[in-house]
Amino acid sequence: MDNITGQEFINAMSAIGAGIAMIAGVGPGIGQGYAAGQAAAAVGRNPGAKSDITSTMLLGQAVAETTGLYGLAVAIILMFVKPFK
Amino acid sequence: MGNELLFAGTGAALLETDSGDFGFMIKLLKEFKIFGVKLNITSTHISLVIVTITLLIVGCLVGRIVKRVNASDTPGTVQNIAELVVEMLDNMVNGIMGKEARRFVNYISTLFVFVLLCNISGLFGLRAPTADYGVTLPLGIITFCMIHYCGLKKNKMKHLTDMCHPVVLTPINIIGELAVPISLSLRLFGNIMSGTVLMGLIYMLPRYVTVGIPAAAHVYFDIFSGCIQAYVICMLTMVYITDKISD
Repeated sequence: MDNITGQEFINAMSAIGAGIAMIAGVGPGIGQGYAAGQAAAAVGRNPGAKSDITSTMLLGQAVAETTGLYGLAVAIILMFVKPFK
Repeated sequence: MGNELLFAGTGAALLETDSGDFGFMIKLLKEFKIFGVKLNITSTHISLVIVTITLLIVGCLVGRIVKRVNASDTPGTVQNIAELVVEMLDNMVNGIMGKEARRFVNYISTLFVFVLLCNISGLFGLRAPTADYGVTLPLGIITFCMIHYCGLKKNKMKHLTDMCHPVVLTPINIIGELAVPISLSLRLFGNIMSGTVLMGLIYMLPRYVTVGIPAAAHVYFDIFSGCIQAYVICMLTMVYITDKISD
C-alpha cells in the first residue's frame, strides 16, 4: 500500500468526488416528490383537470430536475473523462 | 486515443477511454483529418443516420399510403395510426401555443418524433444518439435562436430593452437567457446518459443476474424516461417561445 502513484491517488479522489457530487440528487428528489404529491392532491380535488395537472406537474418536475443533472454531469465528467491528469 | 472532452462539431462529448472497455461509452470508429481539423466518425453518427433513415422511410411510406386514399373511403390501419399521431401532436402544440400553433407545429412535431426515436433506439441495440452532448446542444441552440428571433420579430427593440429593465439586474437577465439552451440540452443529455450508463453497468453484472432484470430496466430507462424527456423538451421549447410571443 505504500507505493501509490500520484495518478492512482488522483483517480481515487475523482471517484470520491463523483460520489460527493451526486449528493445533489437529494434536492430534486424532495422537489419532485413534493410536486407529485401536490398534483395527486389536486387530482383528488378536481379529477376533471387530470391531463392539465399532469402536464404542469411534468413541466415543473423537469425544471426541478436541472440542479440534479448538473451534479450528474460533474460526476460523469469526473468518472469517465478524467480532467485531472 | 486518449480520453478527452471534445467540443460540439466533432459530434462527440465523451469518447471511450483507454482503461477498461465500457459498453456504454461513445465508440470511435474512424478518424481522419480535413484541412488540419480532426474529425471523428463515432457510434453516435451511425445511430443518427439509422434513426434519420428510419424516419424518412416511415414518413415516405405513410405519406404515399395516405395520399392515395379518397375522402369517402373507410380509413385503413396505417391511416388511423398516422391520424392518431398527428392529432396527438396537434393537440399538444395547440394546448400550449393557442393561436400561434400553426407556425410551430411542424418544428415541434419533428423535434418530438426525432427525439423520441433517438431515446428509444437504445432498445434496439444502438447507442442512443441523445446520450451525446454534441447532439443535444444543437437542439438547445435551435430553441435559443427561435426564442430570440420570435421575440425580436414580435416586440422589436423592446425585446432587448426588456432585458435591462431594472438596470442593476441586466447581467443576471443575460445569464438567465444564456442558461436556457444549456439547461435544456443538459436535461435531455443527463437523463439519457444516466440511463445508458446504468444499462451498461447492469449488463456488466455476472451472467446469471442479467436474466430478466435488463428487460425491466430497459422499459424504465428507454421507454418511460425516453417518452417523458421527448415530451418535456417539446413542452419547454413551446413554453419559452410562447413566453416571448404572447401579448
